[in-house]
Amino acid sequence: MEDKFQNLILKAENLSIGYKAKKADKVVASNINFELEKGQLIGLVGPNGIGKSTLLRTLIKVQPALSGSILLNNKELKNISTSGLAKQLSIVLTEQLISKNLSVYELVALGRHPYTNWVGNLTDKDITIVNTSLNQVNISDLKYKKCYELSDGQFQKVMIARALAQDTDVIVLDEPTTHLDMYHKAYILKLLKKLTEETGKTILFSSHEIDLAIQLCDTMLVMKENEVVCDQPCRLISNGVFKTLFPKDLISFDDTTGSFRVTK
Amino acid sequence: MKSNHKYSFIILAAILLLCFLANISLGSIHIPLTEIIESIFGTTENETSQLIITKYRLPKALTAILVGSGLGTSGLLMQTLFRNPLAGPFVLGISSGASLGVALVILGSGLFGGLFATALISKWSIVIAASLGSFLVLLAVLAVSHRVRDTMAILIIGLMFGSITAAVVSVLSYFSSAEQLQQYIFWGFGSLSNLSWNELLIFFGIYSVGIILTVTSIKGLNSLLLGDNYAKSLGLNLKQSRLIIILSTSLIAGTITAFAGPIAFIGLAIPHLTRQIFKTSNHKILLPAVFLFGAIVMLICDSISQVPGSDYTLPINAITALVGAPVVIWLLVRQRKMMF
Repeated sequence: MEDKFQNLILKAENLSIGYKAKKADKVVASNINFELEKGQLIGLVGPNGIGKSTLLRTLIKVQPALSGSILLNNKELKNISTSGLAKQLSIVLTEQLISKNLSVYELVALGRHPYTNWVGNLTDKDITIVNTSLNQVNISDLKYKKCYELSDGQFQKVMIARALAQDTDVIVLDEPTTHLDMYHKAYILKLLKKLTEETGKTILFSSHEIDLAIQLCDTMLVMKENEVVCDQPCRLISNGVFKTLFPKDLISFDDTTGSFRVTK
Repeated sequence: MKSNHKYSFIILAAILLLCFLANISLGSIHIPLTEIIESIFGTTENETSQLIITKYRLPKALTAILVGSGLGTSGLLMQTLFRNPLAGPFVLGISSGASLGVALVILGSGLFGGLFATALISKWSIVIAASLGSFLVLLAVLAVSHRVRDTMAILIIGLMFGSITAAVVSVLSYFSSAEQLQQYIFWGFGSLSNLSWNELLIFFGIYSVGIILTVTSIKGLNSLLLGDNYAKSLGLNLKQSRLIIILSTSLIAGTITAFAGPIAFIGLAIPHLTRQIFKTSNHKILLPAVFLFGAIVMLICDSISQVPGSDYTLPINAITALVGAPVVIWLLVRQRKMMF
């Protein structure tokens, strides 16, 4: 029990998420409870519109929780300052950048902002970390390319390198595999798995690639109509969680292969 | 990579110096270079040319540098803040505010009539009216931006302020005399040549505050290139940075409009030209480059407006538009989409 407490990185308690409104709050999901451990790859899955993005946006403090609490490193998320959070949690979002007229190196170096001086000059240590981050996602050869010259897959790797350079305990990615082909989907998720093992960082991502997530994740968060289940993939399968995830008329979950099949 | 930029900056600085000297040398009377240097150091025997240079051409050239670099800088700030390549220092309604202030003084003075009217239309009253006008519009925009989180909405609100001002000016001009109307139109032409050394000093003081605020925002501007959410995740205090950026723009563009009139296109075109040449959006490189570029282009525009060798002085505003507008069109046609 003691050991588990030590390993705890992110915890949600009676969390209710949604949008604040004058008359009545619009609740997207409520009664969310989970505990995430350090150094794990965690996949957040669930059908469209169930509130995966809302949950992630709440966890990265883009929007406030309606009620309940989120603990990051045993501290209340709402009490962590913007600059403090920048050193504990980095993000990769689906939104487009304002400007892609930056070199890969410049973009990754922006990840060092929480640590640099007022004008953003990089120290030798910062430069080493930026180069290490580039190496960890295998894009050192793209260093001087402009971001608008990259393919979607390459660009996603650059954004991951930027999050790595921010040197945080937790990295949160919102659907990092959209717009990518099957090979690159697998490539990105495998890369995330490798990064958790090499760096000890906790990586939480949302995805529609349930098959891949089952194979790669240490823990999965499954968002369903009335509950959020958090467990190891194999236990989720044996408990039949995936069977009721989608309406049964089109696809069904096959326990033996751990994947969805089209119903014939 | 970095040393490359260093050379570019040395070349730009050299061109700036060259344009500065050429600007002083050219005009209705050509003054040779040696005489310029002698006049500046007070060792010349030709008193006429020394008078022309110290009283007239030197302050004008310095004004051109301040106006060009300031407008370029504020244009860059607005384009990054509003994530819109078509934003300029004037989309916030800064120039509209200034125009309204000046219109009220010049066109509205008729309402007071008689002696009071002539006292009202002094140089300083126009400067104060313009500053006050742009400052009030800025306050309104700030109040709105506090409530509206969306930067796009602020942009449109700025444009609406512009429309309201234009309407009020039309109403005022309908009731004004031809003489007043002419005076207002002349202010609208823009002018770099009416500043005394004292005025220049005040101009420089306010402008410097704006530039210093801008320099402290470089880091924030760079993280804003990723978008608001990313910038926040990098520890940027969004509200505070936005406020500082808007404040420095209004200080810079406000004083420029107050002292030199509404000068078009420099704020819009210079940042785009600079991005073309330096091929980056990194503000640590862009900001000094825009600064130098703006000063150079403004000096060249001013030299053209003097029509060297003749007694004519064309309106500076027309020259900057003639130079600036084709540049923007050319960039659009060549790239189809504005690089940002």
